[in-house]
Amino acid sequence: MTLQKHLIFTALGGIFLFAVTQQLEPFRNYQLATMAAYLCATAGLTILTGLNGQISLGHGALMAVGAYTMAFAQNGIGNLYLSLLLAMLATTAVGAIIGVAAARLRGPYLAGLTLAVALAIPAFTVTFDGLFNSEQGLPVSFTPPETLPIETWQALTAGGSALLVMFLLANVVSSRFGRAMRAVRDNEVAARLAGIHVARTQVLSFVISAAPAGLGGALLAFLAQNVSPGAFSLTLSLYLLLAIVIGGLGNLAGAVWGAFLLVALPDLTNSLTEGITASPELARKLDGNLALAIFGLTLIVVMLVAPGGLQSLVQRISHRIRKGRNHV
Amino acid sequence: MYRTFRRGMIIIAASALLAACSSGGGGQPAAPKGDSTGVTATEILVGTHQPLTGPAAAGYSEISPATKAYFDFVNAAGGINGRKITYKVMDDGYNPANTQTVVRQLVLQDKVFAILNGLGTPTHTNVLDFLKTNKVPDLFVASGSRSWDQPQKYPHTFAYNPDYTVEGKILANHIKENFAGKKVCYMGQDDDFGRDELAGLEKVLGASGIVERQKYVTSNPDVGPQIGALKTAACEVVVLATVPGFTALSIGTAARLAFKPQWVVSNVGSDYPTLAKQLGANKGLLEGMLAVSYLPSPIDMSDPWTAMFKKIHDQYNGKAPFNGNAIYGLSVGYLFVQALVAAGKDLTREGIIAAIEKGGFKGPGIAPLRYAKDDHSGYGGQRMTKISADVQSYFGKVFETDSEGGPVIEFTGERPAPPTSSIPS
Repeated sequence: MTLQKHLIFTALGGIFLFAVTQQLEPFRNYQLATMAAYLCATAGLTILTGLNGQISLGHGALMAVGAYTMAFAQNGIGNLYLSLLLAMLATTAVGAIIGVAAARLRGPYLAGLTLAVALAIPAFTVTFDGLFNSEQGLPVSFTPPETLPIETWQALTAGGSALLVMFLLANVVSSRFGRAMRAVRDNEVAARLAGIHVARTQVLSFVISAAPAGLGGALLAFLAQNVSPGAFSLTLSLYLLLAIVIGGLGNLAGAVWGAFLLVALPDLTNSLTEGITASPELARKLDGNLALAIFGLTLIVVMLVAPGGLQSLVQRISHRIRKGRNHV
Repeated sequence: MYRTFRRGMIIIAASALLAACSSGGGGQPAAPKGDSTGVTATEILVGTHQPLTGPAAAGYSEISPATKAYFDFVNAAGGINGRKITYKVMDDGYNPANTQTVVRQLVLQDKVFAILNGLGTPTHTNVLDFLKTNKVPDLFVASGSRSWDQPQKYPHTFAYNPDYTVEGKILANHIKENFAGKKVCYMGQDDDFGRDELAGLEKVLGASGIVERQKYVTSNPDVGPQIGALKTAACEVVVLATVPGFTALSIGTAARLAFKPQWVVSNVGSDYPTLAKQLGANKGLLEGMLAVSYLPSPIDMSDPWTAMFKKIHDQYNGKAPFNGNAIYGLSVGYLFVQALVAAGKDLTREGIIAAIEKGGFKGPGIAPLRYAKDDHSGYGGQRMTKISADVQSYFGKVFETDSEGGPVIEFTGERPAPPTSSIPS
């Protein structure tokens, strides 16, 4: 029953996506595509952190794994869908390795391990510059279709991938495994008593969360037509974490909010700095830091107003509206 | 869960709608003769990506305000063919990932006529394909990578700086003639900037002529290991293919290690006022540093071009220092206006590209500008400079060469006097 509903809504989402991409301007389509790419990563991360209780500061690096695999596959073989699949597989493998280590660690130690991953993977590209071409990065070549604008095509591909990820993850969440994830998060001893293999659940959770992050990274590379380590710095990992907390931990709809903010906030800051006629010196200082400040401020405000994230706020409001309607 | 999922869909829908609403209309009026995106009867909108923040901001962040100052000057005089130039500068922090975002914004959202003087080798390399797909004139890239000069592959892209291989050959030529028998080493940025420069050095000195090669990345400000390796190799002459921040870091780090070779620095990392500001009290370390340049010297007021630029600079960008970066930015502005004038009244993207390919621009630079149908490289030569007693000045001949195996020869072409109005006509 749940599966059917998920299918129906994915199909509706697909139709809606198609309709919207036909209407949007190229730049908005590009932003929509970027949001879809981020959504893959935030959806995976929110499941891991919200439902399984594992924190990861390394999802930005997992995106980098996907992105570089995408570049190699695209420049080598050149089949877009195969490249996306390969990127996901490669990230799954890396996720499994990190997951095995992560399952043995708790709290700050786990954060430390994933932080190391976030720092190490971009550093790889500089150390093995013969292969990864250092900070300049690699081009990602592809042949766009001739029938529709390139940005529309990118939005459709990325949006479609994100829908698929949401569909699969929604099913995982409502499955037996989803319940096992939550049981492990709430109380490992109780979960073990209930016959749940705690370590296996944790490793699998990490893998399930890594795969869409890899896909998201591959999509980012596909959108940018290139991949460079600067796109996958520690800041990205922190942004992803911020995004899912602001959106609402453990909630797929919250992940959508998070992805939306990741695209909208930098854009908003841009228009803000343009509106202010600040001295060049001040504008220069603001330019790099304002986005970070606004993100931090948003986090503080959201945590004060709605500790459960934006999605909980939406739920509360819609609940109140419904209740109000019943009273009338 | 179904509920959550449904809400997810609603949010996607809502945000997409929001995006749809905020994007607004704004179709392009298709001119019959060509693409005149970004051009109206009264305005020309051009954009650029610059490192206003980040590891390359030192020095380079002063370039775009100078270009803007020249445009302000031209606008105050009525613009070109009745059109004023609006220069939209976007900060990319010298991070290729940001560059592709801001350039998309300039092209797709702001609908600029052209990208002018986009700065940086690693940054700009990654937007070449995008600009080509959208047929956007990509004019006078602020870097000397050889990638810009590929008229077959990137018909819309034109270089500005002498390419790094040309520069490497001219530096190596000087080293060969003046430091024969000395141990020559190299340290450069780990991208096409460094690689092209090294290729130029090797073309003249031979691969065995470089004793030690080191590289750095801009995300890691610790150059101790590299400088240590150069010291261990007992280098006597070190060629730096570095951005200003890393020139200063390298020279400063070397001094701490009591390593004082003859520094020979790429033009893009050699502006004396910029380096002196970075090194502060230790600016004395720059004494004797050799470099190259091809634009008027900012301190030589007897040069009529310098005098002309200084006047404009003082009026429109007075708070900024008048150094090599300012001269560079002003010169780029001058060349762009030259191209606009050559493209004529009916300004289109095709028209300006044809005008630049026609070539024949003479301007502030002391070396030849090479633009032609099959040549999209910029300046084709340089002249050596030396810092002595806090003054960076030219010496010797102006040299020109190609980026292949051709010889390094003297350039004897004449440079015209600047127009009295300070605006090309």
